[in-house]
Amino acid sequence: MSPLVSLRNVTKRYVRGKQQVEVLHGVDLDIQQGEFLALMGPSGSGKTTLLNLIAGLDQPTAGEVSVAGQRIDSLSRASLAAWRARHIGFIFQFYNLLPVLTAAANVEVPLLLTNLSRAQRRERVATALQLVGLSERATHKPNELSGGQQQRVAIARAIVADPTLLVCDEPTGDLDRVSAEDIMQLLKTFNRHQGKTIVMVTHDPKAASYASRELHLDKGQLVDTPA
Amino acid sequence: MSHLGLIRAGLWRKPARTVYTMASIIVAFLLFGLLQGINQGFGSALASVDIDRLYVSARSNMTDGLPIAQLERIRAVPGVRSVSLWAYFGAYYQEARQPIPAFATDVEPLFDVYRDMEVDPEYLQAMQRTRAGALISEALAREYGWKVGDRIMLGTSIWTDKSGSNSWPFDIVGTFDASAYGAGFPGFYFNYSYFDEARAFGTGNVHYYIVAVSDPSRAEQVGRDIDALFANSADETRTQTESALAQMQLKQLGDINFIVNAIVGAVLFTLLFLTANTMMQSVRERTSELAVLKTLGFSDSRVLVLVLMEALVLCVFAGAIGMTLAVLAFEGGMLRQLFGNFSMPPSVIVMGAALALILALVSGLAPAWRASRLNIVDALAGR
Repeated sequence: MSPLVSLRNVTKRYVRGKQQVEVLHGVDLDIQQGEFLALMGPSGSGKTTLLNLIAGLDQPTAGEVSVAGQRIDSLSRASLAAWRARHIGFIFQFYNLLPVLTAAANVEVPLLLTNLSRAQRRERVATALQLVGLSERATHKPNELSGGQQQRVAIARAIVADPTLLVCDEPTGDLDRVSAEDIMQLLKTFNRHQGKTIVMVTHDPKAASYASRELHLDKGQLVDTPA
Repeated sequence: MSHLGLIRAGLWRKPARTVYTMASIIVAFLLFGLLQGINQGFGSALASVDIDRLYVSARSNMTDGLPIAQLERIRAVPGVRSVSLWAYFGAYYQEARQPIPAFATDVEPLFDVYRDMEVDPEYLQAMQRTRAGALISEALAREYGWKVGDRIMLGTSIWTDKSGSNSWPFDIVGTFDASAYGAGFPGFYFNYSYFDEARAFGTGNVHYYIVAVSDPSRAEQVGRDIDALFANSADETRTQTESALAQMQLKQLGDINFIVNAIVGAVLFTLLFLTANTMMQSVRERTSELAVLKTLGFSDSRVLVLVLMEALVLCVFAGAIGMTLAVLAFEGGMLRQLFGNFSMPPSVIVMGAALALILALVSGLAPAWRASRLNIVDALAGR
């Protein structure tokens, strides 16, 4: 079976001032449909860069990135935006909800890019909020919610358009242990019961233990054992 | 929620800032509406004066007056089509704060000189029959609720009658439509014969004559002929085209057009920077939020349109409020005491709408472009 995500010889260099920094050096990686992958490694190892490439937020300097059979490393900015809308659900460390919108409106934002009617959008939003256990908080604004609840809203926003891949960047990094466990349990449920493929960057071994596979990055390369 | 919800969310992220910016735009457009409205009102008054009308006044001073005996002699000058006499009454209704633009005249030649004023011939006949009769413009009738058959009392700051009273009765016998000559055209005329017989002093004098000429190309020659007729007499005349007179009077007030445009230009220029700065600041503060939208799949062009629409909604909404207030200031009569019977010309409203659009596009384009070109990775990393 061909992998859902495939990276071949991926290199990423950034220009910072007059310096060129190579963050990833020829990375090869396959992620199967339905996998829950935890990417770990020290700060500056290239985890987030790798995640950004998989999510189509950035493009490699060299190499190939394919997701669901489509090469995304050579797409234009506009095509890549449309591709993200269709295939990627993104969960950030700091939730990144729009502060003046209610929880329901935040969840609805990705659906504005679809052809769904207003009623269909409402239905999807209600379902997504129900799945994360926040139906009663639909009309609350982010500043009226706890950190854990905000992250649940962010998860609802990530899943509402039924993406191919869920991409999480330190999803528990800003949460207390209880909330972090709730969130990880939720992600595991989406992976197990909905078959969602998840790629997660984390520093936290406890969070990584929920994943079906752990990979470690060190100095821009995948390594077999933790650094 | 819709895209409109996102636009509203963008605008209301910092409500105080949005309200202050809106207030600035409202005041600027109110100022624009008032000044341009008045300016265009003057312009239309000027446009309504023709070069085929001559204004004959005393050479010594325009307010000195001329003898009524000159009327027939002016009428006989070759090229003169008709002559109307005008005696300024200095009238007010009930209190001095309600001035009435009233003149004693002979209405038949008046309507012959100003042919675009529309009046029912029956009303002209009624004036002949009614000694204290008065013809009033439809605008004046509307303003004071007067109608044909009403008897009204007008006070005057100049004239007393032979009994020593400065309160004069008038019977309204008809109305006329003077809209062709602009909102500032005088709207109250009564019989000169009544006025001349009743006044306590100044008998036999008028303030000026307005002469219609048969051939506009000969207007200046006719004017010179009239002045020559009374040269070296006790009552020398100065004859000017009505247009030249109006221009001269407006010049005395300063170059209104220049002043208005300079003020409005300065205000809008300042507003442009203010709005652009507000929008730029707003986009800068929302860098991570805009990056999130892009992460979710909003394209560069969609983000550009969103930010541009924020500027558009802000400028057009606030501009519309400002222009509405300006229209109300005209229609509500707040300005009439100062500037006469002007109303907001539709062209000013169109100009206001165009300016609001330009303001939105110019002030919104730079921040919108910046937002559209945001690099997601850098923006999310706070770089």
